[in-house]
Amino acid sequence: MTVVKADDLALTFQTNDGPVHALADVNLTVEKGDFVSFIGPSGCGKTTFLRCIAGLETPTGGSLTVNGMTPDEARRSRAYGYVFQAAGLYPWRTIAGNVRLPLEIMGYSRAEMAERIARVLELVELSGFEKKYPWQLSGGMQQRASIARALAFDADILLMDEPFGALDEIVRDHLNEQLLKLWARTEKTICFVTHSIPEAVYLSTRIVVMSPRPGRITDVIESPLPRERPLDIRDSTQFLEVAHRVREGLRAGHAYDQ
Amino acid sequence: MRNLFPILTVLAAIVGLWYLGAVWMNSAWTLDRAEGPLSFTEVVRDTMSQDRPRLPAPHQVAAELYDTVIDKKVTSKRSLVYHGWITLRSTLTGFALGTLIGILMAVGIVYSRTANMSLMPWAIISQTVPIVALAPMIIVLMAAIGVEGRAVPKAIISAYLCYFPVLVGMVKGLRAPDRAQLDLMDTYSANGWQTFWKLRLPSSVPYLFTSLKIGIAAALVGTIVGELPTGAVQGLGARILIGDQFGQPIMIWAALSAAAVLAGILVTVVAAVQTGLMRRMGFAQ
Repeated sequence: MTVVKADDLALTFQTNDGPVHALADVNLTVEKGDFVSFIGPSGCGKTTFLRCIAGLETPTGGSLTVNGMTPDEARRSRAYGYVFQAAGLYPWRTIAGNVRLPLEIMGYSRAEMAERIARVLELVELSGFEKKYPWQLSGGMQQRASIARALAFDADILLMDEPFGALDEIVRDHLNEQLLKLWARTEKTICFVTHSIPEAVYLSTRIVVMSPRPGRITDVIESPLPRERPLDIRDSTQFLEVAHRVREGLRAGHAYDQ
Repeated sequence: MRNLFPILTVLAAIVGLWYLGAVWMNSAWTLDRAEGPLSFTEVVRDTMSQDRPRLPAPHQVAAELYDTVIDKKVTSKRSLVYHGWITLRSTLTGFALGTLIGILMAVGIVYSRTANMSLMPWAIISQTVPIVALAPMIIVLMAAIGVEGRAVPKAIISAYLCYFPVLVGMVKGLRAPDRAQLDLMDTYSANGWQTFWKLRLPSSVPYLFTSLKIGIAAALVGTIVGELPTGAVQGLGARILIGDQFGQPIMIWAALSAAAVLAGILVTVVAAVQTGLMRRMGFAQ
């Protein structure tokens, strides 16, 4: 089943310095259960594309559907959970309170809220931290709480915008491993924006390589890696081959011009 | 109390300067009356105990305060507790009114472009009009439309001074959430009311309280200004006015000191509520 379908998608921002082509000729389909990474240098439109899927930006050309609907309809039917680069937890709410936020907005019953909070906190291994405030948690734990918040209302799609970009490599490795387990358990469709080649290769079933000016797709790589991925798969020849191809794709898109 | 020492140090310095000032300003009167040459000690002693000094010495003000706060019955027209209560009541009414107006205007300004463009300039202009010039007019206008007594016009003047800091703080606070936080609410397809209630309002609390501390002091100033124009007989402002008319500087300074203490108490109470609420909300670290 196709979850995201983009045909000749384009988005041009009108600025004082003239038009900026954030996205041009973007064609892509994301199937249910895919883990798709978007990789490319700053300004290649990967975040903009994710925001288009989320209905937070409006494309200026082409067509885009999410679950067969327009992105805005999908947003209003709460089709996805979105994880931002900054955890963005509310400092005045506890961890449980933060996870409860979308549930309150969507009008779940009290009992169901409690059940869901317990379930998703267990999923991100934060059980026992319900009553802590965000400032009492490390950066990695805060980001896990924000993932729990995005999972709480059982959307089938998870959109993640460089969620681990601000974390150090050791924490990031651990969270990548956890994210794969979570993906296997929940069978979500995940769209994941990143700067990191190893992260993209390790996580994804498909890697979308993008380049800037105008923001476009230069390569789509189907990963030959098995779904089951221990951390040391990153030393395998297959892994290194995929990483090499991503790097080639980035170079071909003149990503290293500056 | 870690904070007590610096506060007491500053207080001691003020009292010291005050004594020096009293000797300096009152000595002219002492020397004018002197029939023969006076020694320095005699001059200093006289400047400390004049009936109508230019600048009363701190202990004279303290004695007057003791007399009018502790000794007098609180129902007496000469009790500062009585007058302080009158002033406090108007201050709190004005503060509540001003805070309400400030918050409502801020919500309007944040949510409506029209309100932002039309209200904000007038709010700023309103604070450039000297309140001492405006106060008598408000009192006269209130009397003209048949409002009895000073309580209502005083509260209005008080609210007039108080709403502005609340407005400015609330506008800043309601606009505090960043793009990502607002986007997050959009991803939940939250409605405007939910975004306001669950994001903008809690975000504004720290800003609001900073403003409330300024606001309550401004409300007290407003009330006292409202008690100054001729005709007032009640309140700390009226005591200052009567002291001035009857040439009683000690009375003026006692009322001034009482007003300062009252302001200190009010700001402290607001700060305590802030600390408690912020801790309850999990802001404190």
